[in-house]
Amino acid sequence: MNQQLVDPLRPEDKRAAASIVDCDVHITARSAVDLYPWLPARWREHVETIGAHVRSGVYNQEPHPRMMARGMRADAYPEEGGPAGCSLPLLQRQHLDPNGIQFGMLIALGRGIFEERNQAFAAALSTAINNWQLEKWVDPEPRLMPAIIVPQEDAEVAVAEIERCAADTRFKQILISPKSLEPLGRKRYWPIYAAAERAGLPLAFHPAAIGGGHFSSGAGSPTYYLEEHNTFGTITQAVLTSLIFEGVFERFPGLKVVAVEGGFTWAPMLGWRMDKYWSRLRAEVPHVTRPPSEYLRSHIWFTTQPMEETRKQAHLRDVIDWLGWDRLMFSSDYPHWDFDDPRYAFKMPLSDEERRKVFHANAKVLYGLP
Amino acid sequence: MKIPFKGAVDCDLHLSAPRMSALLPYMDEYWSDQFSNRHIDRFAFTMSSDNPILPLQWRPDWKAGADEPGSELDRLRSRALDQFGSSIGIVNVIHGAIALYHGDMAAAILRAVNDWTADKVLSQESRLRGSILVSLQDPALAVAEIERLAGNPGFVQVLLPVIGELTIGRRIYWPVFEAASRAGLPICLHAGSLNRHAPTGVGWPSYYVEDYVSQSAGFEASLVSLLAEGVFQKFPDLTFVLAESGVTWMPSFQWRQDKMWLGVRTELPWIDRMPREIIRERVRLTLQPFDAPPDAAIVERLLDHLGSDEMLLFSTDYPHWHFDGDDVVPDGFPTDLLRKIAIDNPHATYGRLRQGGEATKSLEVTA
Amino acid sequence: MIRHIVAKTAEIPAGTHRIVDVSGRQVGVFNVNGEFFALLNRCPHGGAELCKGAVTALVQPSGVGQYAVSRKGEFLRCPWHGWEFEIRSGQSYCDPARIKARKIDVAVERGEELVKGPYVAESYDVTVEDDYVVLSL
Ligand code: FES
Repeated sequence: MNQQLVDPLRPEDKRAAASIVDCDVHITARSAVDLYPWLPARWREHVETIGAHVRSGVYNQEPHPRMMARGMRADAYPEEGGPAGCSLPLLQRQHLDPNGIQFGMLIALGRGIFEERNQAFAAALSTAINNWQLEKWVDPEPRLMPAIIVPQEDAEVAVAEIERCAADTRFKQILISPKSLEPLGRKRYWPIYAAAERAGLPLAFHPAAIGGGHFSSGAGSPTYYLEEHNTFGTITQAVLTSLIFEGVFERFPGLKVVAVEGGFTWAPMLGWRMDKYWSRLRAEVPHVTRPPSEYLRSHIWFTTQPMEETRKQAHLRDVIDWLGWDRLMFSSDYPHWDFDDPRYAFKMPLSDEERRKVFHANAKVLYGLP
Repeated sequence: MKIPFKGAVDCDLHLSAPRMSALLPYMDEYWSDQFSNRHIDRFAFTMSSDNPILPLQWRPDWKAGADEPGSELDRLRSRALDQFGSSIGIVNVIHGAIALYHGDMAAAILRAVNDWTADKVLSQESRLRGSILVSLQDPALAVAEIERLAGNPGFVQVLLPVIGELTIGRRIYWPVFEAASRAGLPICLHAGSLNRHAPTGVGWPSYYVEDYVSQSAGFEASLVSLLAEGVFQKFPDLTFVLAESGVTWMPSFQWRQDKMWLGVRTELPWIDRMPREIIRERVRLTLQPFDAPPDAAIVERLLDHLGSDEMLLFSTDYPHWHFDGDDVVPDGFPTDLLRKIAIDNPHATYGRLRQGGEATKSLEVTA
Repeated sequence: MIRHIVAKTAEIPAGTHRIVDVSGRQVGVFNVNGEFFALLNRCPHGGAELCKGAVTALVQPSGVGQYAVSRKGEFLRCPWHGWEFEIRSGQSYCDPARIKARKIDVAVERGEELVKGPYVAESYDVTVEDDYVVLSL
């Protein structure tokens, strides 16, 4: 293959051991039973007698079934059984140790918080998962940095959970599904943003398999996984558009948002497009006082995976130049099928400064990591 | 900058939808009775996503005179065709009947709109060409309408809103593509939503400005649908024109589809080559609204990212307000590319322009 | 180029493969319908252990909605991003000109020839009556 594989670790970094911040590492419980120690009896019983209640026509399967090994690296299933992402030793052996990960930002998916329609159940699961993350993952492996899981459609409960968890400074961000019931800029979600701003925690938006009840594409429901995958990007665009035009960043100037796994090569163009239409329709959104691209440039960070692989290296470089090298943070998405290995994620040479920013400095500043 | 030569083909111009009263002469007795009895004829059918009072929809100097005597067609002639020296203009009359649920009613109104367009527009101005409006509520009716008008060389494409009810590539719509393909007509996916469901994957935005910004996502969804469903393979002669889609999202979209195809090919084995090759061959985009910043250096880079000089079609999007004065072309476009997008590409896209057809002078009103 | 004896042919029956270590490099040795092929156990795309992926058939390019497979056992699907490689050539199915898994020269040789040397066979006592898979790298 005539493309250059680039090692992101400079020689001295290698000697200095792990230095990468991976902004998208997934963990999941082996089964709901794993969460029982942190679930009250009432909800353990709910798991057994009622179970999940989701906005999807199929119950225990994605409505757009994934490709490779249910969307996982085929080699990431633990030998002893269970889903990919349920084994800490495997995560350490397969990713954290060999890939030089100094910090891994956890995105705990898979037990249905985002999808659950019963909000009281979602709230109980959130609390259980937050406690489970600390005890089962972060206590034994301090490289892992958890995100607070919240039942986002019930802002009041979500705020209480943020306040409870934020007291533990190991929580570094708040995880939100972009596939919400309403666009996330709308006022029903503002208490969450107020709490995030108070706690000084960024929000991480990470796509969820099952949505808030809207056709994922906005133009009808996709048929194929290829199409569904494309909505990760367009959904992220829709969320950022909503936050900006609803005036969220005017109201919460300290709010920081990380768009995880939604792509980034569309972001400069989204900024241009927003600016263009804003200039014509300012009368509709007088609360948006600055060109929308400025909010994008100052409040939003993007993660790299799945890395765009442009035919010409210069094209990707153009886009990151337009986006700003200070907005982009490496992520692997381990153990998902479209995992990016930090050594090979960029098929183009980076300067030391660019490498430093993308692989650790931007994330360390944003999350306040040592 | 201005377009520095005459003879361009303006691939997206607009006239307001005719009032219902103007359409009644083109209706049969049943439908004119229904429309007048139910007072349907007293109100316009304005598409919500084409709200004419928005500042975007009428450039201020192009809005001037709208209430004065003299027809809208006259103003289009002088302000768009003459002003930009266009030899041909493809005029899209967007009518809200495409958003109706009642498929027979929609078809009756759209037949009348199409006949009105032939009669009151195409046969009045030889530079103008039209788009056949159809509703997809009942694809069989859409097929019948395409077949009814296929013999009129004044119509050069079939127009559909980009955000409909189902993703556009679904097999249920293939008879429509088949009919268009048989007639040698491209399908124009035009910005706009039927609002049958939330126009974003995350629900209903509050503001028009969000609707406009999210159009490109609707175009992405429609294009990936056409690709995934195999429409490009199934209808090898059919071209898709994306009108008012914006342009700058397209390179990143192509990169993503190429990357995805390498991993998910086996889901869609009919996609037999890199998606970008298919897209560059089969998809065209109108120029305005061109959604890059006014920076020639960036525009030059974007054109390089686009990777093809055959994809863009010149358009003013008259009377929508995307640029001021005569500066219809973004700075940064080289002149030889301008000739391609203004003349060669439209002629290659619209087979009927090559035939030099002129609109038939009047149409039988078919009941 | 050093010749490495990595297995007896009988140990890798048709339709199977094994990953062997050759002086610290991992190589997948495949028996496809009686022919042996070897690929470096590293995906040219993003570094996955390619030979741990599934050995599959070719999903044929087809008409829309038609699904057919052929050439069973002749392709390897990377365990990460699912790129398909033809085992025989190492070429990516989608982009054969640009993307190739690294092929390793492989030969089947009779023990009676091999004992004349030179070769490296850390874990094999070569006997004249067996056939062996020999990699050159
Ligand atoms: S690493 Fe093998 S396909 Fe990407």
